[in-house]
Amino acid sequence: MTHWIVAPIILPALVAPFIVLAARYHIGIQRVLSVAGVVALIAVAASLAWQAADGKTTLYQMGDWAAPFGIVLVADRLSTMMVLLTSVLALFVLLYAIGSGWDDRGRHFHALFQFQLMGIMGAFLTGDLFNLFVFFEVLLIASYGLMIHAGGNARLKAGVQYVLFNLIGSTLFLFALGSLYAETGTLNMADLAQRVALIGPEETVGIRVAAVLLLLVFAIKAALVPLHFWLPSSYSEAPAPVAALFAIMTKVGAYAIIRVYTMVFPPELESTAGLFDVWLLPAALVSLALGIMGVLAVKKLDRLVAFSVIGSMGMVMISISLFTPEGIAAALYYIVHSTLAGATLFLISDLVRTGRANLDLTPQPVIAGNALTAGLYFAAAIAMAGLPPFSGFLGKLLVLDAAYDSALMIWIWAIVLSSGLISIFGFARAGSILFWKAHSVETDEDRGLGVRPAALSYVAVGGLITLLAAHTIFAGQVHGYTTKMAAQLFSPEPYISQVLETPGKLSKPKEGDH
Amino acid sequence: MSLFFIVALPFFGALLPGLMNSAGRAATAGVTFTVTLAAFVGLLTNLPSVIAGEVVMARVDWMPLLGLNFTLMLDALGFFFALLILGIGLLIIAYARHYLSRDDNMGQFFTYLLLFQGAMVGIVLSDNILLLLVFWELTSLSSFLLIGYWKHLPEGRQGARMALTVTGMGGLAMIGGMLMLGQVVGSYDLSVILQNRDPIQADPLYVPALILILLGCFTKSAQFPFHFWLPHAMAAPTPVSAYLHSATMVKAGIFLMARMWPVLSGTPEWFMIVTTAGLVTMVLGAVIALFKHDLKALLAFSTVSHLGLITMLLGTGTAFGAMAAMFHILNHATFKAALFMSAGIIDHEAHTRDIRLLGGLRKLMPVTFVIATLAALSMAGIPLLNGFLSKEMMLEEANHTVLFNTPWLVPVLATVGSLFSAAYCFRLIGHVFLGPVRDDYPAKPHDPNAGLWLPPAILVVLVVVIGIAPFIAEPFVKMVITSVLGDTASLPKAHFKIWHGLVPALFMSIAAVVGGLLMLSIFKPSLRLWDAAPRPEAKPIFEAIVESAASLARAVILPLHNGAFSRYAAIGSITIVAAGYHAWSTGAISAPTYEMQPAGIVSFAGWLMLVAATLGMVIMHRNRLLSLILIGIVGLMVSIGFVYFSAPDLAMTQFTVEVVTIILLLLALNFLPNKTPIESSVLRRVRDTGVAIIGGIAAFGLSYHYMLRDAVSAPISEFHLANSYKGGGGTNVVNVILVDFRGFDTYGEIIVLSIAALLIFALTETLLGGPVRARLVNRKPDQLRAGNTHPMMMVVLTRGIMPVVLMVGFYIFLRGHNEPGGGFIAGLIVSIAVVMQYMASGFGWASARLRYPYHGVIGAGVLIAGLIGIGSWFVGKPFLTSDFTYVRIPPFEKFELATAALFDLGVFLAVVGAVMLSLESISRIARQAGPDNSEHAMDIDPSRDDPARALDASAKEAV
Amino acid sequence: MELLVASAIGVLTAGGIYLTLRLRTFPVILGISLLTYAVNVFLFTSGRLTVGAAPILQDGIDAYADPLPQALVLTAIVISFGMTAVVVMIGLGAFLGSDDDHVDDLPGEQSQTDESASEGTS
Repeated sequence: MTHWIVAPIILPALVAPFIVLAARYHIGIQRVLSVAGVVALIAVAASLAWQAADGKTTLYQMGDWAAPFGIVLVADRLSTMMVLLTSVLALFVLLYAIGSGWDDRGRHFHALFQFQLMGIMGAFLTGDLFNLFVFFEVLLIASYGLMIHAGGNARLKAGVQYVLFNLIGSTLFLFALGSLYAETGTLNMADLAQRVALIGPEETVGIRVAAVLLLLVFAIKAALVPLHFWLPSSYSEAPAPVAALFAIMTKVGAYAIIRVYTMVFPPELESTAGLFDVWLLPAALVSLALGIMGVLAVKKLDRLVAFSVIGSMGMVMISISLFTPEGIAAALYYIVHSTLAGATLFLISDLVRTGRANLDLTPQPVIAGNALTAGLYFAAAIAMAGLPPFSGFLGKLLVLDAAYDSALMIWIWAIVLSSGLISIFGFARAGSILFWKAHSVETDEDRGLGVRPAALSYVAVGGLITLLAAHTIFAGQVHGYTTKMAAQLFSPEPYISQVLETPGKLSKPKEGDH
Repeated sequence: MSLFFIVALPFFGALLPGLMNSAGRAATAGVTFTVTLAAFVGLLTNLPSVIAGEVVMARVDWMPLLGLNFTLMLDALGFFFALLILGIGLLIIAYARHYLSRDDNMGQFFTYLLLFQGAMVGIVLSDNILLLLVFWELTSLSSFLLIGYWKHLPEGRQGARMALTVTGMGGLAMIGGMLMLGQVVGSYDLSVILQNRDPIQADPLYVPALILILLGCFTKSAQFPFHFWLPHAMAAPTPVSAYLHSATMVKAGIFLMARMWPVLSGTPEWFMIVTTAGLVTMVLGAVIALFKHDLKALLAFSTVSHLGLITMLLGTGTAFGAMAAMFHILNHATFKAALFMSAGIIDHEAHTRDIRLLGGLRKLMPVTFVIATLAALSMAGIPLLNGFLSKEMMLEEANHTVLFNTPWLVPVLATVGSLFSAAYCFRLIGHVFLGPVRDDYPAKPHDPNAGLWLPPAILVVLVVVIGIAPFIAEPFVKMVITSVLGDTASLPKAHFKIWHGLVPALFMSIAAVVGGLLMLSIFKPSLRLWDAAPRPEAKPIFEAIVESAASLARAVILPLHNGAFSRYAAIGSITIVAAGYHAWSTGAISAPTYEMQPAGIVSFAGWLMLVAATLGMVIMHRNRLLSLILIGIVGLMVSIGFVYFSAPDLAMTQFTVEVVTIILLLLALNFLPNKTPIESSVLRRVRDTGVAIIGGIAAFGLSYHYMLRDAVSAPISEFHLANSYKGGGGTNVVNVILVDFRGFDTYGEIIVLSIAALLIFALTETLLGGPVRARLVNRKPDQLRAGNTHPMMMVVLTRGIMPVVLMVGFYIFLRGHNEPGGGFIAGLIVSIAVVMQYMASGFGWASARLRYPYHGVIGAGVLIAGLIGIGSWFVGKPFLTSDFTYVRIPPFEKFELATAALFDLGVFLAVVGAVMLSLESISRIARQAGPDNSEHAMDIDPSRDDPARALDASAKEAV
Repeated sequence: MELLVASAIGVLTAGGIYLTLRLRTFPVILGISLLTYAVNVFLFTSGRLTVGAAPILQDGIDAYADPLPQALVLTAIVISFGMTAVVVMIGLGAFLGSDDDHVDDLPGEQSQTDESASEGTS
């Protein structure tokens, strides 16, 4: 009986309280423990991904209770990839937080950081919807803590809105869960998939509403317009490393949609037919357009990045809402890209901040390490705007290619391509103000060049960009893998049968059909 | 050498100059030159096989599933362009080393240059059109860096952005076109696509694909109406202009048209679009060029014009036209690069490029004069220079081209174009070099060192050699043209000769040259005419478009995201209800399977109270204390409801949580204003009421619908009921579910609580560490304080109750597994007991007597829960697997020991710690607000003989 | 009976939404709490309503209230308690920092300088 699957959840969940218990006054020890924890996490995640690579789904029955009666964790290609992505991202973000000293500007950064990781990991691994809710709450409340880390009025005000909006989201989640349980009498995803299929055409109202409410919950997480309003100020006000970690949080929503709406409510399901396809794709297109307009409109670098994140989530959602294997494969490739690119940009904007009074897009004196930071910005901006040579371009090609057979093909191509142009312009303009126009501004003597960011910060950013490059160079392998992943998602029978037919305490193997 | 090396060399080489920057300018330039030379030689090694007519291929899979592969192909066409790019690149590098001044960062410059060079080579060697797109966009990006190289010049920055935007747009359009092409053919490999002329031209997607691809070519090659970015790109250092705008970047579009010629050309659409665009561009560019005073601007527009000429030739779709185009590409590259470099020399020496400030340089810079004049004459189409030959062929081709069914249109326009072209060439020579020597040059001009004039000189030698002995170039051009034509057309018979006899083309070019001279003679009046004539300026138009786009974006985005949470929430609620309604209205409703249960008068009364309290809250929410009381009532009714519906655990939890929440809110309210002012307009309130009512109805309908209908199949809780005792060892199923069946949820739940506590603690620390502390200290309480903060009765009472409550908590905890209760409720009860002490005797007094740090309690709780879970690993069971046994220690009854109970202990500790830490944190804020010097448990204490002191002490106190 | 409960849920939800749309932190928090009550009851009713059933397993009785929703609601109650505590504190912190308990965060973008536009035109 292997316990590896639960490790990504338990490990941080033990590191965090230990930090609180033993090391809450020693930032040094906290840092060591935190980094060690994340490194171990990467090792575990890598081995899990390796196990799942051949298409094997591994089941873990909490408390030895068989699904659907107990809670199960399921590790398949998709979940393990997300877990790996999260842990790798976490390492670089953590390094940056340490390098820039962000983690020491308030209390309990590392404990909260670990709890945050626990929440995210749980969300990716669980096979039970209510358990998913619990982990959403874990990652949310930890994110509240991280978001207002180091305080400050603007941050707290943004924090209030962030928390309140997500509380509405959590409430909605409970409404959705109540509806689902009332309709099907179960909470386990695999079991739901089977029971939902049993619902007859004469009684579809209940399940349709439930499905839509659940989708909206995930859409809030994925910052889908018009449910995105929580994102801009919270991401731009949050401490840079936190914002960078949040790059994965929007993906949690995307992940949940992919998981639930390929298995429980697959596109070919009659009882929920003509439900999402009506508005999901248009909403995604609007998200992309709106995010890119934001890139052009706003006048602070951090907000610009926040809007570009909305845009790239729009891109992800466009690809998902095609609900075809090609679409999902493209979306998964793009998810990795947009996570890395978004995180990198948030960290870079913090590099700029260290040398500058603020992040306003106004000409200000040249900052320390201008050339290096400018170079990193150029690379990251190219990636985010979806230009070659970085993965954004390849991801865009994949999405366009997948959208070829869509009914809205013209719209998708037009908006995706033109949004590329606009974001190039937006990023170019911002960059030339920040890094080039600075050369025509006098450096005031008393400030000099400002603080130069720590080497470790550059290491972290450089590492992320290296990952982006790798994501580009090995695009073939990654895309091949995501394609297999999509195939696995679109034939969930093995997953379902394994979850439901594995015996547990006091329960014999359950026959597949009810 | 493998094609990969030829493409990769510049990219990897690009690292070197940047690194070698400190090694000095010569070294930097040297290494760049070497890298380029290596690539150049590598290219030449493939010459034999190219001459042999075979196509050199190299392939590495990149994204096979998408069809994007790293496939390179070298045929004569690719070879030709690669030769131009690398060969002229070598000259430019040598030139730039002497051109750039000491304070220019040369390493950066050459890095950018090599990146660009690599991208260009990539374009011309790509076999996969998606790969070609990659390199295509890379040229846009690297040229952006090159054009903006002088960061301090606003023209540089804007020119760079304009170039990037326009060419980037074209590139994106081209992505669309290429993808369509690939979808039609089923492959993105040129070698395949080029074989599918007929299927492509028959496909309905042909026209959109053609238009999109041409958009890419036209923007890159500065064809009308996208020509305007090129002159602004002249803000770049002259070597850049010489490189990008003579031989490379602007030729990329031409190259692609030539590359795609076999599949795209020959249709009326192609003919109409390409020929027209080319013709207009040619004439327009030539005319504008004549009246430009900046040497580089003149050359820029002449480039535009000549690109138009080439485009027009490709547009005709005939083999001869294509051949003329290829030949002119070669010639134009030579004389135009030479001219740009000469312009750079003049700028470098005379410190101006304004023709009006120049003149008479013939005597001062003889070498430059010779070079520039020869190149210019060639551009003007004077015999014995290569420009003449290709221009003759162009005019010849123009003669056979009929556009819009008007046979004279193309020939006349072509003649006019070459007339103006001749005119600006003559002007360049006449106004810059001829005429009297002036004494008002910004700097005293003289010939530069060989480093600057040698590169253009080499090119001019080519100009002359080809011009006198065209048959040298003929086989090469023929070779190129064969690979352009593919198998679509046969090689044209015509030979490259200076004298074709008295053909119309000859008269046309004579007319052009003579006309050019005349045009120059009447230059001054026509200039006045030109300046007087109103004409659209591209730059302001472009910027107007960009700015309007930006302001549109601002108009949409900024008001929408102005931080108005209440609107965000309203939009959110409406969206949710709308989507839900859509789902509801499109579904089918089945008949109820339950019938309604009768409601007694009691339950009706309860309902009434709940509704009344809720409405009261809504109406009187401005009085915050009152609304707090009312919400207390609501909570109470809810928990009573839970009792009524046989859920005692819920009721207890709801109730205890209620108490703690209210305490918390009271503490907070102690600081917040206790009234909510009226701010929102009536209209708003009506809107909100509407939203609220709709939402309420939705919730009502939904729950009502579900309550009267069965689940699709038996709920899983039947298993829990059946196995709670057997498997979980408890008769209180709810608790068994919490700590056993779904213990993992509970684990997450206590972690949520702990995080909440840590968060609150951290926030308090931050607040008290910041400016807030000061505010608090000199903050005046907004309400009267009770004179007697720690009433004796309460103190005495709480002291007495404390142990009892603790007992109760302990009891609730123990029995939890079999009776309503459990670690959760127990934890809350105990915390309430402690909180009472706080309330009774003040925070200071209580926390002074507190032995255990709450952090520890929390940490311990979560750790215990986790470790208990892990414990089951050692018996080979999954996380949180419970086990239990019954032990009997006389004289006690036999009782149960369950690991679940230990897990519950963790829950208990975490809850106590979390609740207490949160309340204590708030209390610390409270302590800041006023000295809470209650070293005494009570203010009035009989044992203290002097009550007066206590009294005025209490008067000071404010909590 | 079902009608009463459902209407109670409706009323709680409506009240909650209305208060959530107010402009100050405190009423908004109360609104969220009302919503929490509503959803807790809703979740509870997903096990249907059973009046006067035995809460604890006893021999010979097989009519029990569905225990699972109860467990879920219990978890939900606790989590929402933690959330409420947090939002109260953050709101309090925001108020103490700025003497302003508006939930809206206007000026927002408007305060920012307009010079960046000049880069486009200048």
